This record gives sequence, structure tokens and C-alpha cells, in this order.
Amino acid sequence: MLGLGAYEISVITAMGIAVIFALSLNLITGFCGQISLGHAAFYGIGAYTSALLTKAGFPIGVGLLGAVILAGLVGIVVGFASLRVRHDFLAITTMGVGFLFVGITRQMDFVGGEMGVSGIPASGFGKPGFMLFVMLCVVLTILFSLHLKRSWMGYSFDAIASDEDTAKVIGLDVSRYKLAAFAMGTALAGLAGALYAHNVRFIDPESFGFVESITVLAMVVIGGIGSVPGVIFAAALLSVLPLWIQFFDEYKLLLYGGLLFAMMRFSPGGMAGLARRIIPSKAKGARS
Amino acid sequence: MLYVELLAQGLVQGSIYALVAVGLTLVYGLLRILHVAHAGLFTLGGYVGVLVTNATGSLLLALLVAMVTVGIVGMAIYRLCYQPILDKPPYVALIASIGLFIAMEEIYRLVFGPYGISFENPPLQDVVQMFGVTLRLGEVATAAGTLLLVGALAVFSGKTRFGTAWRATVTDPAMAESFGIDIIKVRYLNFFIGSAFAASAGVMVALLNNMVEPTMGSVPSYKALAIIVLRGLGDVRGTLVAALALGVIEAFGTIYLGKFLDRDAIAFAFLILVLMVRPQGLFGRA
Repeated sequence: MLGLGAYEISVITAMGIAVIFALSLNLITGFCGQISLGHAAFYGIGAYTSALLTKAGFPIGVGLLGAVILAGLVGIVVGFASLRVRHDFLAITTMGVGFLFVGITRQMDFVGGEMGVSGIPASGFGKPGFMLFVMLCVVLTILFSLHLKRSWMGYSFDAIASDEDTAKVIGLDVSRYKLAAFAMGTALAGLAGALYAHNVRFIDPESFGFVESITVLAMVVIGGIGSVPGVIFAAALLSVLPLWIQFFDEYKLLLYGGLLFAMMRFSPGGMAGLARRIIPSKAKGARS
Repeated sequence: MLYVELLAQGLVQGSIYALVAVGLTLVYGLLRILHVAHAGLFTLGGYVGVLVTNATGSLLLALLVAMVTVGIVGMAIYRLCYQPILDKPPYVALIASIGLFIAMEEIYRLVFGPYGISFENPPLQDVVQMFGVTLRLGEVATAAGTLLLVGALAVFSGKTRFGTAWRATVTDPAMAESFGIDIIKVRYLNFFIGSAFAASAGVMVALLNNMVEPTMGSVPSYKALAIIVLRGLGDVRGTLVAALALGVIEAFGTIYLGKFLDRDAIAFAFLILVLMVRPQGLFGRA
């Protein structure tokens, strides 16, 4: 189909899922400025929910919906943490949520414990059909992100991200917007997780650990925190590189870590920041 | 008897957390950076400790070499990595630190191999009876070493001129500078001592497990992060208490909560609980 082999189809599917996952974190960390070091937990909640629902005989639609709702609900609960603590403390709290998720799933037998869940039903659309479905989800996520960024809510997020106290002073309901950001971002992560579960058809707690949280954070940071095109580009690139180059897979984490560090050290705006510096827009040119 | 046994195990584990957390707390107090790469220094300490012990046969020498080398590496990290980004928003340093930590772990894996290395003749493995519990000599040495190092730190910061300058800088950097304290020198000293403490913890963990591996830094350091958050913005004493308490809570928690949570999750469940009730931390002032 479309002249693509089975390999290309699986690569594109994996890439699409990574883009949705990265954009979901970008809503929270990029738009609203709330750092999260435990985002993989919501990816995992989505994956487990959809896997268990479809294994129990429900259709995939119910699985995906369940994943989105449950991840979003837990996201709201964690969002309440962001109302209590800020910045560094929030980073540690969300990191704790990530460890808690792995710790709980490991010990609970009805979600498979250490062994995870295997034999997850495929989507039923066939491999190419599933790829198109993932792509549809990607397009919808991108449109949603772009729309959100230009909406009233997006501007409010921006205000909160740049200065929370001032945002409060000018009358923004900071708590409500933060909770909204967490709800939307984690629900989307749940969707990405569910798609992942039906794509690889086997999940275990380790697939959603700290490394995964850092990987997705790397995508957002390297792409450029808050920049939709930057994050899409970085997520697509960082998710396919290890598949393309065998050599790269061995050094994957070294490169992720190195890139994260180098980006923060030399260009905290990420690739989007670099691009803006190299190709200055007219408005900026006029100012300087 | 089980309780005493658990208490002893918890205190030994807590000593390790304390040594790691003291370094983190010093960095956080001075620069407001969550220094995740501290864990990489802890691991480096473990490797240096095992390599030098195997080469010379002296654990004490290995401990000293590990503390000094890692202390110097810590100062280099401050100079090359943190100093240039101090004026950026806090998440920049945090993410840079995470990136650095992951890269360090990978470098250890590539250089020393993925399976870790052990002592050729593991030192201090004899068993002793104390207060009715059976402990390995290594565990006793860990607890005693922690006590000694932390005691030395307390004397240094409380009784010496440099220590006073240091505490002044942590309390109010701008004021300290206006009194003529060289705050850059204080920062280097801070990183040297913090990193050396992490290295000593690394050597002790290597001793307890007779094993160092690339990822050994992750768990203690995430917990150390939890500890410094728990402690709020108090002093080194608060960190010590929180670290020992966490060790004991984990030891008991594994027995009573092990069915629902694994050991590593208990620390974070406790952390989240405390933060939600007291966002300023356990011993912090509002």
C-alpha cells in the first residue's frame, strides 16, 4: 500500500506515536510552563487501560476512549500537585509520580506485574490501516495544539509560563488553567500510550519508566520548548534515528543525554530557537 | 528482634542517602540547582574506589583517592556546565543536569562495560554481633564513616573561618559578597565537598554490594532529591534526619507495604504525601 514496505509502515507508525506523545508534554511543559519528569506514567496508564479493556473483549474504540479518560483523570489529580508546589519541587513530585506508577504496576498481579501484558489485540485495521489511523491522530493533535496556542486559553498558558504571579495579579484563574493543561496533556499522552500498546502488542512496567519520561522531555526540549513545529521535528527525528542506524541504537542514551545537555548549555530555545537565530524574522530584524 | 534488625538496616541505608543528599543540599542551598548529575559522581566514586582497591589493596587509600578525584570532577562540572547557565530559568540547569547524568551513565557503560566490576578481595566482609543484631563489618564501617564525615563537616562549617564564610554565602550571597567573601571560591569549595561526599557514598555502596555498575547512581540519587525536597530549605542537620528517617521507613515499608508498592516507590509515596500536606517541606519554614 502507498508503495511502502512493512518496515516503513512500522517506522512511520512509531514516529507518529512519538509525535503525539511529545506534543502532549509540550502542552504542559511548553505552553503552560509546568515541568513534568513523570510524563511516561500517563503514557503507561493509557497503554495499560486500552490493553486490558480490549483484552477483556471491548472494541478498540472503547479502549482508546478509556485510555484518554483515565489518563486525563489521573492527570487532573497530579495537576493538583502543581497548585501546591512549583518549579523544582514540581519536577521532583512528577518524577515521584513516575516512580510510583512503575512501582505499583510491578506489584499488582491483575495488570500482569513484572511480566507485563502480552497478546494485546491489534487494531483490526491491518498494519497500513493502523498507520493511517495514527497519522489521523497526529494531524488532529497538531491542529489541536496550533489552535490551542492561538486561543484565549493558549495566551493564558503563556502568561502563566512566563510569570505566574503576574498572571494571577491580572486576574487569570491560574489554578483552573494549570489543571486544564494537565488534563489535556495527560489525556493526549494516554491516547499515545494506547496507540503504542496496540502497535507493539506487549507492554511491561519498564516500558514506562524514568528513561521514557526523559526521552519525551528530550524531544520537547531539543525541539524547542513550546514550539509546535520544533517539537514535531525533534520527536520524529529522535524516534526514527535509532531504528535507521544500528550503530546509533547502542549510543542512543548517550546522544539523548548529550543533546539535552548541549541544548540547554548553548541554546535553551532548542532547535526552534536555533532556527529563529539563523533565520531572523522581519519583525526582529526591524527591532535590532 | 526483627524490629531492631530492620532499624539497623534502615540506618545503614539511610547513611548512604545522607552522604548523597548532603552534597545535593549544599549545591541546592547555594545555587538553587537540582544537581541530578550528582548521581553520576556517586557512581564515579564507586568505580574509582573499586579500581584503586584492586590495584593497591588498600580500601582507605581508595576512599581518599575517590573523594579527591571526584571532588575535582565536581568542581569541573560546576565551572563548565553550571556557571555559564546560572542566569537562565531554573529548568534550564535542571534539564542540562539530567542530560549530563544520562551521558555520564552511558560513558561508564561504554568504558567499564555494562555488567559492572567487583572487588577482587572484598574487604570488610566479616560478621560482627552488635546490640543483638548481626551486621557485616562493611555496614558498621558505612555507618561509622558517615558519622565521621558529617561530624567533620559540622566542625568545619561551624568552627573555621572558611566555614563561616561558606554559611554566610548560603544564607545571603549578595550580602556575603559585599562583606568581601570570594563567593566563586565558596562555590568551588561547595562542589568539591559535595562531590567528595557523594564519592564516599559510592565507595560504601560498592563495599556493601561488592559491585559497581553504570546505573547504580540512579536510585539513591532520585531518593536524595526527594530527601532535599522533604527537608525543605532547612540545614544540613534536617537533611541528615530526613535521610535516616527515609532509610528506616523504607526498611519497615518493604515488610508491611511490599505487597502494594516496591521499595523505590515507597520513598516517593511518602514524598508526595508530605509535599501535599506541607509544600514547604517537612522541616521547612513557611
